[in-house]
Amino acid sequence: MPGFDFSNYNRNAALHARGVPLPKATSTGTTIVGCIYDNGVVIAADTRATSGPIVADKNCEKLHYIAPKIWCAGAGTAADTEFTTALISSNVELHSLSTGRDPRVITCMTMLKQHLFRYQGHIGAYLVVAGVDPTGVGLYTVHAHGSTDKLPYVTMGSGSLAAMSVFESMWQPDLNKEGAIALCSEAIKAGIFNDLGSGSNVDVCVIEKDKPTQLLRNYEKPNERGEKERNYRFPRGTTAWLNQKVISKEDMKKYVTIETLSGDDNLAAGEKMEVDV
Amino acid sequence: MTSLMDHQARETVGYSFSESTAGVKQHGFYPYTDNGGSTLGITGSDFAILAGDTRSTSGYNINSRMVPKVFKIGGDDETGEGANIILSVVGFAADGTALKERLDTVVKMYKYQHGKPMSVSACAQRLSTILYQKRFFPYYVHAILAGLDEEGKGALYSYDPVGSYEREQCRAAGAAASLIMPFLDNQVNFKNQYIPGSGEGHALVAKKPEPLPLETVKGLVRDAFTSAVERHIEVGDNLQMVIITKAGIEEVYHPLKKD
Repeated sequence: MPGFDFSNYNRNAALHARGVPLPKATSTGTTIVGCIYDNGVVIAADTRATSGPIVADKNCEKLHYIAPKIWCAGAGTAADTEFTTALISSNVELHSLSTGRDPRVITCMTMLKQHLFRYQGHIGAYLVVAGVDPTGVGLYTVHAHGSTDKLPYVTMGSGSLAAMSVFESMWQPDLNKEGAIALCSEAIKAGIFNDLGSGSNVDVCVIEKDKPTQLLRNYEKPNERGEKERNYRFPRGTTAWLNQKVISKEDMKKYVTIETLSGDDNLAAGEKMEVDV
Repeated sequence: MTSLMDHQARETVGYSFSESTAGVKQHGFYPYTDNGGSTLGITGSDFAILAGDTRSTSGYNINSRMVPKVFKIGGDDETGEGANIILSVVGFAADGTALKERLDTVVKMYKYQHGKPMSVSACAQRLSTILYQKRFFPYYVHAILAGLDEEGKGALYSYDPVGSYEREQCRAAGAAASLIMPFLDNQVNFKNQYIPGSGEGHALVAKKPEPLPLETVKGLVRDAFTSAVERHIEVGDNLQMVIITKAGIEEVYHPLKKD
């Protein structure tokens, strides 16, 4: 079955009416911006995700891939921005395969607005769509209710006013690539420091004509974590326990096959945990 | 299921969206706002510390990055000289200021009338009375009062908005209280810590809390706040620490993250 599953709708409406609170979604109370320049377009975002006043993720990614030369910055409900951009990305690729042409930014923007309008704002995705296509450079904003804008510089999210204040005082019509990156980064920093919904680092994405797209993850890190003064390692045996059970390798062999590897780390490559850098 | 909805168990299913308020216009008056921020207090054998961040917020906005939450009570108006009691207030900043001004006046009047400074225990009881007098229009604050008791030991009293109070070893209040208080329980009162190898099962001996030295406590306070700043959006900018010993009151500021 395609689309959303509404089978719990009536149950949840009845529970809500009887005073059960609705579940709280993780929202990216966010600063996202975009700015065109002579040969392309730059979009940028902060990296804080919040749930009420609590920081849910200190370094999340708000720049989403649509197509190689079309990217999206998302604000609003985290799950909605994630799934909506993934869905449109998929459809844009199918469309491009079907037509045999490179996808256009305006096509992507139209698909997004029609999808969001159909859901009357219940899909809380607020997006900045940017890219380069055969018709030139494109930069749009798409609101959750389906309205769109086409502008040379845009901001969205709870930090949009702080970011726009930077654009309105520093933007010029003849920006080059470096100037556009610096301006977008500065606008995001205005959001990071002056809007409580935004914080941590600056992510930037540069889409230029006839050049591969650059995703500059953590382009700036103006909020490094403070060092702890004290040591919080507990001596072994500090935690209370009531009983213990030792499961030997022999016991395990009843259920799974066990192969012993040598001490060489490279042989046990699959065992290592992947850590984001 | 019942426990989820026992506070409002109605017979009929009343859908929230179907209840219309046609023709009824309600006017609102909201005298309170939440200005965020967090405070904490810890006592030792011969000192007490009150600390708070200096950020003042409303919604997603920062009103100011430098609004102290800890005040000297009963001292000189400008310098705070002569004070032997400190008070921290967090919640609604306007009520916090009003409460501090009132307690400051009370402590000064006491000294003029009795010719001796007010003891911390007397001031603690008086603060409770002041809060309860506004039982039905409360000062919307979580207050912590600190000083040295008659024996010279660190004394700390924490209050709810309507005057219920208790003397404690440590207390966190405000926006990040739920983040800081469990840390304090573990690191100050050694909750959930046992002496390794002291027994098995229920015979395991719990680690006994003892008064901590000043430098340790200062470290705990700074670590508590650097952690709160990481995970709470309303806490940040600067840390104000006020330390009261028999030598007097020391006040230090420490930068925190500003995002």
